[in-house]
Amino acid sequence: MNYKMMGRLFGLILCAESVFMIPSLILALTDAEMRVALGFGITMGLCALIGGVLLLLCRGAKTDFYAKEGLVCVGLSWILMCLFGALPFFIGDDIPSYVDAVFEIVSGFTTTGASICTNVEALSRATLYWRAFSHWVGGMGVLVFLMALVPVGGKSEGFTMHLLRAESPGPDVGKLVPRMRYTAMILYLVYVVLTVICFIFLVFDMPVFDAICTSFGTAGTGGFGIKNDSLTGYSPYVQTVTGIFMLLFGVNFSCYYLLLLRNVLGVLRDEELRFYFGIVGGAVLLITLNIRTLYATFGEALRHAFFQVSSIITTTGFATTDFDLWPSLSKAILLILMVVGACAGSTGGGLKCARALLLIKSFIRNIGRVQNPQKVAVIRVNKKPVDEKIVSGTMAYLCAYVLIVLVSFLLISIDNFSTVTNLSAVIACFNNIGPGLETVGPTGSYAGFSDFSKIVLTIDMLAGRLEIFPILALFSRKAWKRG
Amino acid sequence: MKIIIAGAGKVGETLAEQLTAEGYDVTMIDLRAEVLEACVSAHDVIAVHGNCAAVATLRDAGVESSDLLICATGNDEVNLLTSVTAHALNKHLHAIARIRDPEYAENTIHMRSHFGLSMVFNPEKQAAEEIARLIRFPGFLQRDTFAKGRTEIVLLRLDEGHHLCGAALSALPTLVKCKVLVCAVLRGGETIIPTGSFVLKQGDLLLVTAPTENLSRMLKNLRIVKHKTKSAMLVGGGRISYYLAEILDKSGIGVKIIEKDSDRCEQLAELLARAEIVCGDVRHRTLLESEGLRDSDALITLTDLDELNMLVSIYGSNWGVPQVITKLSEVEDSKILDSLPVGNVVSPRRLCSRSILRYVRAMDHKAGAAITVHSLAEGAVVASEFLVTEETLHRSKPLKEIRTKRNVLVASITRGVTTVIPDGSSHFEVGDFVVVVAPSEAGINELNDIFA
Repeated sequence: MNYKMMGRLFGLILCAESVFMIPSLILALTDAEMRVALGFGITMGLCALIGGVLLLLCRGAKTDFYAKEGLVCVGLSWILMCLFGALPFFIGDDIPSYVDAVFEIVSGFTTTGASICTNVEALSRATLYWRAFSHWVGGMGVLVFLMALVPVGGKSEGFTMHLLRAESPGPDVGKLVPRMRYTAMILYLVYVVLTVICFIFLVFDMPVFDAICTSFGTAGTGGFGIKNDSLTGYSPYVQTVTGIFMLLFGVNFSCYYLLLLRNVLGVLRDEELRFYFGIVGGAVLLITLNIRTLYATFGEALRHAFFQVSSIITTTGFATTDFDLWPSLSKAILLILMVVGACAGSTGGGLKCARALLLIKSFIRNIGRVQNPQKVAVIRVNKKPVDEKIVSGTMAYLCAYVLIVLVSFLLISIDNFSTVTNLSAVIACFNNIGPGLETVGPTGSYAGFSDFSKIVLTIDMLAGRLEIFPILALFSRKAWKRG
Repeated sequence: MKIIIAGAGKVGETLAEQLTAEGYDVTMIDLRAEVLEACVSAHDVIAVHGNCAAVATLRDAGVESSDLLICATGNDEVNLLTSVTAHALNKHLHAIARIRDPEYAENTIHMRSHFGLSMVFNPEKQAAEEIARLIRFPGFLQRDTFAKGRTEIVLLRLDEGHHLCGAALSALPTLVKCKVLVCAVLRGGETIIPTGSFVLKQGDLLLVTAPTENLSRMLKNLRIVKHKTKSAMLVGGGRISYYLAEILDKSGIGVKIIEKDSDRCEQLAELLARAEIVCGDVRHRTLLESEGLRDSDALITLTDLDELNMLVSIYGSNWGVPQVITKLSEVEDSKILDSLPVGNVVSPRRLCSRSILRYVRAMDHKAGAAITVHSLAEGAVVASEFLVTEETLHRSKPLKEIRTKRNVLVASITRGVTTVIPDGSSHFEVGDFVVVVAPSEAGINELNDIFA
């Protein structure tokens, strides 16, 4: 293990986190919330100090850095970032319990949006901003952010591929351009531009602060609301704009890069994108028909159906209505969408459309194999054959996914909530959605769970965001053994 | 600058490593997915899987917007086809191709105009030329050329009892009777940029700069050369041996080639009229002795197996062959090699990646960037060649009035056809080629970096 290089990265991350907190500190000072300002101030100082010391100690690190280091480094740096990110809530007294504070910030960085706060409106603006901003940073990934800004590895940056692979979602992560730094820059540039556009659309019909927080939540597909009823109280215009932008942030970002290169045809022919929009269209149609009678007009039903589908499939978790009151069919569809998730390479979570597509295709192939055992068949996506390694990797991912969901389900059942609550809570956390059904539904919160369950769900959120293996790698003895 | 490398083999990967380190955008093409996978994890490159001669693959790699294509697959025909295809897709593309078949090598001039090739490289031929250069001046461990062949930096070792041991550097010009400059001394793994009062000791490795025309006089006066090489024994009958035998034959050195495969021996005997071809396995201990290793002036090991080359070279050194040269394709760690008596080491892929790098730098020619960079003595010292331009600071000011960084040495100034070893009164003029020697950590990337 190259501990020096890892220390250098941790140092960079802590310094970056301290910089990220500046706007919150300013907000707290202007609102004269001294306690909150103190919380942010102390945390910033701590982050800068520890980060600086780490950077100083880890000068001149060698750059031999392999897949194992990449996994462990990404896993650890996210945990570190969350442990420090929770401090302002805790010191600032907005969330008195540290476990709760960690749950909240993990929910923020992993873009889950599950909250333990029962009354969000009582929180200070600084805290609300920090929650929303954590979504924005967590959506694209902090290490990717660092790669875009700082030459992380000095001259030989080949190893950063391992970091990108470990932090970015999707079965087959690749670069857009030869240089890792430019790849990271392009991703962040697309991200920033889309966020700004979203903000401009929202600010027409929303206070500036609300528009900023909502666009951060939308961009990261996070879903922390700044109102107790999420987006229910805003105008249909705001709801529709948010709905559309959530869908856009659920699209693979390399599609936007292709659009920039004016390769429109390539984007339109992208199988994953078609699959994604196909599912959205189908789900909206079915749910609209299913909930037609609950709303006054067809248009209103359609709007609510569209918003909820868009919010759930992109794993954002905003709500414009309490979908827990919808008929079973609609709830079942939403539960399935939770598992499917957004496109690979987007800010959304879940299993990812690309994996779902691969799994369906390999399922069909295996049926064919049962009938003709001698048949040689290759799985194709976008007319290109997919490497068998990726197919088997996807299978392994599904296995790990199901296993972790089941074990977490078992563990949080100790708290004796209803089965639907428990299952939907695990699925909502693991897939980084936020609201589940019943007790943890759009109007509820996770406050009722015991500390043990909260820790389990916190780990689930991290594992879901980092796609399991970076977190699992931390638990493997081999990662820590010499040689 | 965007560069496509077709073929992720030995040369391709070495190039990818060096080009990314210099900040170029590199795309690699290969048919073997697992090789690409390894490349992408090790270097900051993007990979395209497919046949590099196919239009679709080249398009995928972005040939239309690239500046340079390097064809380094193992197959001459594929390399040629790739550069022709790429040239058809992008007229402004520079192409470099590896052409190693001697029969094609004859008509490279036609290839340049017809196939859009701007440079052809042949690792085996280059290796042969390098070996021949080493043989011509036995005693030098390494020899690097600058300023279009007008300046040399050579590495030599002071053996026991050498008359320079104990001499101060300031006394050197009188001892050698010509102007030379010791730019660095390696002693016990440490690099020293010496001053005039520095005293030489036995076992020191000296990096010496001299104008090319003074080289033989310097050799003679340094009393390093005992006698001229008259016969050479080549172990292994591959392409390098063929090229080398041709060159040595022209300069009147007797060549004996030992090759295991009898068909190849026949072939070589047809191609080389004067060389002596012996069919046999060098692993048989008596073969080398019976073929007259004792009387050979040089032993050059050129088989495909690095291990065998090293073994035979060690054997030859122990026998007391005056000059031993070892070809290594894979083994890289020169720290390990240093402790073995294998003589000079020649690595074909290093050589050709170096010449391609030189081409790329010249093509890119960032203002003030180095034209040639040689890393000397296992990378501890870097000798860089710069062209003095309008942007160079402190022009036409005597060197003694310019403050330079510590440990940085101006080793030579070539103006027109004459090379001078600079002293305090020398100065820079626009158009001069300047060779600067500095420890690698000094970070000299352009000429202005040397000024304090």
